[in-house]
Amino acid sequence: MASSIIIAEQLGKQYQVARAGASAQASLRFSEMLAARFRQPWFRPVTNVDAFWALKDVSFSVAEGEVVGIIGRNGAGKSTLLKILSRITEPSCGRIRLRGRVASLLEVGTGFHPELTGRENIFLNGAILGLRRGEILRQFDAIVDFAGTERFLDMPVKRYSSGMYVRLAFAVAAHLEAEILVVDEVLAVGDAAFQQKCIGKMSTVASSGRTVLFVSHNLAVVQRLCQQGILLEEGRVVRQGEIRDVVDHYSRTTMQAAPNTAARRAINRHLGISLDAVRVEREGEDLLLQARLESTNPVASLGPGVRVMTAAGDRVAELKPFKTGLRLPGTIGVRKFQIRLEEFFKRLPEGRYSIDMWLADPGVEVFLDLAAAALVEVPANDHYSTGHSLQQNDDGLVLLHATLHQGADLNPAARDQTPLNAGSTG
Amino acid sequence: MRELIIEPGRTERNYWQDLWEYRELFYILAWRDITIRYKQTEIGIAWALIQPLLTMLVMTVVFSRLAGLPSEGQAPYALMVIAGMLPWQFFAASISAASQSLVGNANLITRVYFPRLIIPIAAVITSFLDFLIAFLILAAMMLWYQFWPDWQIVCLPLFVVLAAMAAIGPGLWLTALNVKYRDFRFVVPFIVQFGLYVTPVGFSSTVIRERFGDTFYMFYSLNPMVGVVDGFRWALLGGQASIYWPGFLLSSMVTAGLMLVGIRYFRATEKSFADVI
Repeated sequence: MASSIIIAEQLGKQYQVARAGASAQASLRFSEMLAARFRQPWFRPVTNVDAFWALKDVSFSVAEGEVVGIIGRNGAGKSTLLKILSRITEPSCGRIRLRGRVASLLEVGTGFHPELTGRENIFLNGAILGLRRGEILRQFDAIVDFAGTERFLDMPVKRYSSGMYVRLAFAVAAHLEAEILVVDEVLAVGDAAFQQKCIGKMSTVASSGRTVLFVSHNLAVVQRLCQQGILLEEGRVVRQGEIRDVVDHYSRTTMQAAPNTAARRAINRHLGISLDAVRVEREGEDLLLQARLESTNPVASLGPGVRVMTAAGDRVAELKPFKTGLRLPGTIGVRKFQIRLEEFFKRLPEGRYSIDMWLADPGVEVFLDLAAAALVEVPANDHYSTGHSLQQNDDGLVLLHATLHQGADLNPAARDQTPLNAGSTG
Repeated sequence: MRELIIEPGRTERNYWQDLWEYRELFYILAWRDITIRYKQTEIGIAWALIQPLLTMLVMTVVFSRLAGLPSEGQAPYALMVIAGMLPWQFFAASISAASQSLVGNANLITRVYFPRLIIPIAAVITSFLDFLIAFLILAAMMLWYQFWPDWQIVCLPLFVVLAAMAAIGPGLWLTALNVKYRDFRFVVPFIVQFGLYVTPVGFSSTVIRERFGDTFYMFYSLNPMVGVVDGFRWALLGGQASIYWPGFLLSSMVTAGLMLVGIRYFRATEKSFADVI
């Protein structure tokens, strides 16, 4: 039985937030502070601040070698929790017991200085992240190799492209040697190829026996790397346990919240156009998106765009008007229009999807944006007539029609074998 | 594997151990600041020499030739000035760098853990290296004047430490205050400007003592740099410079006191740096 390496007991963190109307400046002037004191009797505390609990009553335990995903909406308290674990800020109440060295990766390239060369920055960043000089020397070649920036090592970092910069920064961080690793949303860097590399490295680290706490909005990656999960909402732990369960709970609650918080109407005052009330309807296997466009000025070129996303935030499809050729006439008045996504329910696996819609001057500029304008649930589909439904989380994003053929001669002209397994045709 | 407990108010126990564990950071941060300063500058290192040299020349002309003030014993005026200027510039550079160091490294403070005391101390180390470079001027001048120091020079490292302490005390206090109240950054240039005339850098402190008496000199010694400058002159100029020991003692006590106050205030407010900065 793995022993607990991190135990958090009733952790709380309170921040003082200036009330609206009081000095909203983050840094107070000493003179202002004195003036405020003089205005009030000495025994009364300065009351222009409100207490805000970023974390409240947070308790959890992590066993040695576990990889835990910490998820939640923006502002839920994830970063605050990581900051407390990294000893950057102190809890207001409660406590944490840790066994082992903690290496924190809250940002890529902490301490990187543009005037220093790549080589110098590796030493600087490594030292700042807690590596000893000896450790950095040992890992130096591995770091450079991972980043792929060997040729540019002795060039000042300010000359690097942004891609090279993040690759180098992540490479140093990826070679941290500590029993506990705390990582905050740093995988959203670099191009797709590099992201895969990073995820791969994270997996290696995760399976090397180290304990990892991982914060991310990318639920697909979180599910892939982590076994356990903790869901934070408004500073409290609302769910913890098996990652699948935690992620599902999160998806369900965010999808429910979306209709209320999503924009029901988008207005572009400058151009005098507005878009609202996207309704969804199903007609056979097609999805119909109905919206209302109102223009008070003639707009020459207007194209609608649609984006389909999964609950986890993966993009399924994006139909940019520049590429689809869809156009709306920009005449004055109120118009209803409808976009038909053909065979929507046939091509996508079971699950919840969120639809964004926007209006743009194709290829030039987006005028109006309705994110999460509509929610669609694709019901269970027995696509292969086997009694199983293909799921968004497990089985990918697209339903492909698959058939199996056998025989010595696979010449299409001589195809006379009966397909053994077939998806629904047509 | 030791167990670490994080809870409100607990950080003290591990702090001094952590300082030792993170000792490499002192060097790394100082190295970073120096490397950056001298990259992309042609004149770079030469500035560390030019600045004290020119200031010394001006002061010699103004205080010795124009004002006709006496030097210490038989020592050449210029030498006396440079002996006082070296510690003063070390102090001024240290306190200026230290007082801005936390705010200047805000990106580190909000992202990584290490004992924050390292930051202002690294700033002092950077200034110390400039001091060492400027020391070459002193050596060159001693050669020029054929003036050789006496046994007292052995005590010089002590006075260097004292100078560092004199800068660290107020430096820590100011940098911690500056995190919360940003207008404190205006205090330091004022201290440095004002201090340059109040402290016996351009002139000998014996002048003060002879003109205003010993009691006044005790008040005068409340300026921590008075003791440091006197000490430097005594160590470097051998028998030529006299030192008033009661004054020196008082000055040193003020230095030590300020350093304790500085460290305490810094440690007390350190927990909130990341939240406020």
